[in-house]
Amino acid sequence: MYAFEEPGSPPQFCEEYDLTVTVNGRLYQRRVPVRMLLSDFLRHELQLTGTHVGCEHGVCGCCTVLLNGEAVRSCLLLAVQVDNMALTTIEGLAGSSEELHPIQRAFQEKHALQCGFCTPGFIMSVHAFLHENPEPDEQQIRQGLAGNLCRCTGYHNIVEAVKLAAHYLRSSQSQREEA
Amino acid sequence: MTTRWFGAPVQRSEDPRLLRGRGTYVDDINLPEMLHAAVLRSPYAHARIKRIDASAARALPGVHLVLTATDLGELLEPSPLLVPHPALTQPRTQLPLARDEVHYAGAAVAFVVAEDRYLAEDALELIDVDYEPLPVVASLEQAAAEGAPLVHADVPGNVAAHLVQRVGDPEGVIASAPHVLRERFVMERGSAMPMEGRGVVARWDAHEGMLTCWMSTQGPIPIRNGLAAMFHLPEHKVRVVAPDVGGGFGTKIMMFYPEEILTPLAALRLGRPVKWIEDRAEHFVSANQERGQIHDVEYAFDDQGILLAVRDIFLHDTGAYTPYGIIVPIITACTLPGPYRLRHYYSEFTVLYTNKVPVSPYRGAGRPHAVFVMERIMDRIAAELGLDPLEVRSRNFIRPDEFPWDVGLVYQDGGPTIYDSGNYQAGLERLKEALGYEQFRAEQRRAREQGRYLGVGVACYVEGTGIGPYEGAQVRVESDGRVYVSTGVTTQGQAHQTTFAQIVADQLGIDPRDVLVTTGDSQAFYWGVGTFASRAATVAGSAIHLAAVKVRQKAKQVAADLFEASPDDIELADGKVFVRDAPQRALTLGQVAIAANPLRYSYGENARKLMQMQLAGPRPGPALPEERGGPGLEATAFYSPPRGTFASGAHGAIVEVDPRTGMVTILKYVAVHDCGRVINPLVVEGQVHGGVAQGIGGAFYERLVFNEEGQLLNGSFMDYLLPTVEEIPPLQVEHIETPSPLNPLGVKGAGEAGTIPVAALFAAALDDALAPFGLRIREMPLDPCRLHKLLKELQSTQRA
Ligand code: FES
Ligand code: FES
Repeated sequence: MYAFEEPGSPPQFCEEYDLTVTVNGRLYQRRVPVRMLLSDFLRHELQLTGTHVGCEHGVCGCCTVLLNGEAVRSCLLLAVQVDNMALTTIEGLAGSSEELHPIQRAFQEKHALQCGFCTPGFIMSVHAFLHENPEPDEQQIRQGLAGNLCRCTGYHNIVEAVKLAAHYLRSSQSQREEA
Repeated sequence: MTTRWFGAPVQRSEDPRLLRGRGTYVDDINLPEMLHAAVLRSPYAHARIKRIDASAARALPGVHLVLTATDLGELLEPSPLLVPHPALTQPRTQLPLARDEVHYAGAAVAFVVAEDRYLAEDALELIDVDYEPLPVVASLEQAAAEGAPLVHADVPGNVAAHLVQRVGDPEGVIASAPHVLRERFVMERGSAMPMEGRGVVARWDAHEGMLTCWMSTQGPIPIRNGLAAMFHLPEHKVRVVAPDVGGGFGTKIMMFYPEEILTPLAALRLGRPVKWIEDRAEHFVSANQERGQIHDVEYAFDDQGILLAVRDIFLHDTGAYTPYGIIVPIITACTLPGPYRLRHYYSEFTVLYTNKVPVSPYRGAGRPHAVFVMERIMDRIAAELGLDPLEVRSRNFIRPDEFPWDVGLVYQDGGPTIYDSGNYQAGLERLKEALGYEQFRAEQRRAREQGRYLGVGVACYVEGTGIGPYEGAQVRVESDGRVYVSTGVTTQGQAHQTTFAQIVADQLGIDPRDVLVTTGDSQAFYWGVGTFASRAATVAGSAIHLAAVKVRQKAKQVAADLFEASPDDIELADGKVFVRDAPQRALTLGQVAIAANPLRYSYGENARKLMQMQLAGPRPGPALPEERGGPGLEATAFYSPPRGTFASGAHGAIVEVDPRTGMVTILKYVAVHDCGRVINPLVVEGQVHGGVAQGIGGAFYERLVFNEEGQLLNGSFMDYLLPTVEEIPPLQVEHIETPSPLNPLGVKGAGEAGTIPVAALFAAALDDALAPFGLRIREMPLDPCRLHKLLKELQSTQRA
C-alpha cells in the first residue's frame, strides 16, 4: 500500500497509479501498481530489457539508468517515483543509429565485457561519471566505478575502456566546438 | 590462405548486441499469456515437515497453481546422481520439492504460479508450513565430530564418500626423510555469484507437442534428455535453449535444480508459459556453492629442497547433497602434485554432509585448495632451508623433456592423470622477469627501513582441462555465402561466437564476421555435453575445426567439378574459391554452396551469377555422387579427446600490508599463463583477468558465514563482498604457448585458470611482507580483520 496525500484531504491508499514518464525521448502513460519497482516497469511494462537486475538491493549497479541525467539504481525506486520525469536507458544511448555511442565503442574495442550482464549498468554509470569528470585519472575512474559489480572481466579492461571513452568524448566535443 | 584468424585479437562479434542492451537473457523473454513463479524455501537448515497448508495461497485471486511435494506424482524422485563413483557409497540427491524433511535453509518446499511475480510472492506468505526443527550440522568440523547429529538419518557419521589414492611409498619415504613437517590448512566456503542468477522460462505448445525451455544453464542438452524422460516426451520434442547467459562459473552446470523441473511441469499443467527467475536473495541459499575443505598434510623433503613425499588427508564439505558426485575432491587430490616431480604421494579424503547448500564445481573446482596446500609446502621448504622460494620450485619442476608425465592418479574422468605437455621453468622465468623479482628485494629492504611492509608471493599450478567425453558441431555454408555453425556447448561470456568463427574462417578463407555461431540450443545441435571444466574451446573447438576441414574438402570437390580441375588445385581465400593458377575466374563460397545442392532451380543473386558463368555441366551419373556425403556445403564432426589436456601457469604479486589494520594493497599482479595455442589473445586475457578477480575475492573477502543453526548470515551483496574495481589492481598477463599434442588445434582450456593460484600466492606474499612477525598463513579467505587477529595472536604468544 502506498499513501498519497492530496493537500487538505485525508490520506488515501491506492494500489494503482497513472504514471506519465519520458523514456529515451518517448512519452509513456501507464497505469501501474504502486509497488512496482522501476526496474520491473522498464523491463516488463516497456519491454526495455537492456536494464538488468543483478541483486534487487542496490549494490550491483546492473540496473543503473539515467534519471534527469543522473545515474540511479532502478531497483531502488518505485515506478511511481519517476512520475513526470525523464529517463535514459541503455537502449536510448545510441538510439537506432548504426553507430555505437563512444562509450559503447570503447567497451567493444577494449574487450570490456564478457557475459554482458553488467555492461548496460556500467555504461550508464560511465556516462554520468564522464559527464561530471571529462578528464579522469585512473584513480578517479576506479572510485567512480566502485558502485558497479562485474563478475567476468576483473575490471581491468573496463578501466581501459573508460580511459578510451573519455578520450573519444573529449575529441568529439572539441570537434563540435571547432565546427 | 591469405589471412590467419587463429591467434589474432579479433573483436567480439557478440558485443554490438550486448552493448546496446539487446541481449536476450532468460528474464528478457516475455511470452504472451506468461505466468510467473516463486519458490517457498525452508527457513530451517534441518527440520521435519509435519504439515503444509497451502489452501489460503491457492484461494488467492490471480494464483494459478501451487505445488507441494504431494502434487508431484511420479516426479517426486531424487535428481539423478550425475557422476557416480564407487567410493561414493552414500550418495544423496534432492527432491524437486522437500517431502518430509528439509536438509538446508533454502531448500524448495513449495512452488507458486501466479499472474505476476509480486502476486506469486504474496501467495508464498500464505502457505503455512509446520516445521519441527532438528539438530543441525553447520560446519565441517562438526560433521566429522564423534556423535555429531546426522544430516541424513541413514548416513552414519555423515560420511558420503571416502577415497584413498597412493603413489609410490610415501610412508617409507617419510620415515627415513631428513625433514618432515605437518600442517593443517583450512579453506572456507564461497560462491560463484554470476551477476545473472538462474532462471527458467517454459512453454508447452500443444499443437506441435513441443516443450520449449529457456534456461540460464551451462548444459542444455543433458537437461533436454532428462526432461524428455521425466515428462515422457520424445527427446526431439523437448527443446532446451541457453540464451545469453550472464555468467555461470560452474554453478549453472548443475542438474536438476528443482526449478528446472517445476517450471516446465507448471507450463505443461497450465498450458501457459511460465517464468521463474531466481533473485539474489534466493541465489545465496539455493545455487550450489563450493570450496570448504580442511587439509592435514605431512610432507618430507631433503637438504636440497627436493620434495620427497606428501601425505594429505582432507575433509570435503559437500553440503546437504552430492549432486555432482565427488568430482570436486577428486580434482583436489589430483591437482595437488602440481608441476612437481612428486613420486611418493598418499591422498585420502572424506566427503561429509552438512546442513548447507549443496556443493558442486565452482570455477577452479577443487584446484585452488590443492594449489594452496602444495604452494604453501614449497614456501615452507624454502623458509626452513633458507632457500629462495622460486629456486625451490625450479628444483622440483617436471622438465620439458619428461612429458608425457604420469602423475599416477585416477582423474575425475576415470582415466589416468597424464600431463601432455608443459614448460614450467619457462613460465616461472617469465614471471620473475615481469614481476621484477630480483629488484624487488632491494625495494623491500628500503621500504622496511621506512617501516613499510612489502612482500612478494608466487604460485604455480597445473590444471586439467578439456576433458571428454566429446562434443560435436555442424558447419554449413548457405547460398548467401554465410557460414552457420552450431554446437552443443553453451556460452556464458567466453566469446565462443567469435573464437569458433575464427577457427572456421581459417579453413574456409573467409572473414570471421561471415561465420554465425549458435551455441546452447538443443534443436540447433542435437548432441553434446556442456560448457564446464575449461573444455569448450578444446573439445567443441576441435569438433568445429574438423567439421570446417570437411566443408573445405567438399568445397574443393564441388569447385573442381565446375572448373574441370583437380580438387588439389582449388584454393579458398578472401571469400573466393578458384583454381590456384587462375584466381581471376573465381566463385564465391555461396555459389559453391548452391552448386553443391544439385537442384534444377535455385534462387537469388548468387544463383543468377552462377548461371551466367561458363562452368562445366553436371557429370554423368547420380546428381549427388557418393563421395560428397550429401547435398549442400555442410558437414558434421565430433571430437572425443583421448584424455584431458593440462594447462599451467605461474602467478605472482607484490603487496603492501599495514600490520596495524590488516589492510592489504596489491601493488602489482602478473599472470603467466600457458593454455597451449591461443585462439584469441583478447579473449584469453579477459578470462585470466576475470579468474584472478574471482581468486582475489576468494583470497580476501568471500566467505559464506553460517551460524550454528546453519543460517547464512551474509546473504546479500552488502555483506558477502564481491571485489569491486577498487580491490582489483591492474593485471598483467603473459602468454607461454606449449601446444597440446592431444587435439588438432593444440589448445588447452583457459576458463578457470585465473582463479586457481590466487589464494596461494597471496598467502606467500603476506608471509613475506610480515616475515618480521613470523607469520605463516594456513587459511583462506583472509580479510583484514582476520589478518589483524592473526597478527595480534602472534604478538601475544611472542610476548608470552
Ligand atoms: S539490481 Fe539494482 S543495484 Fe543490483
Ligand atoms: S561481463 Fe559478466 S558480469 Fe560483467
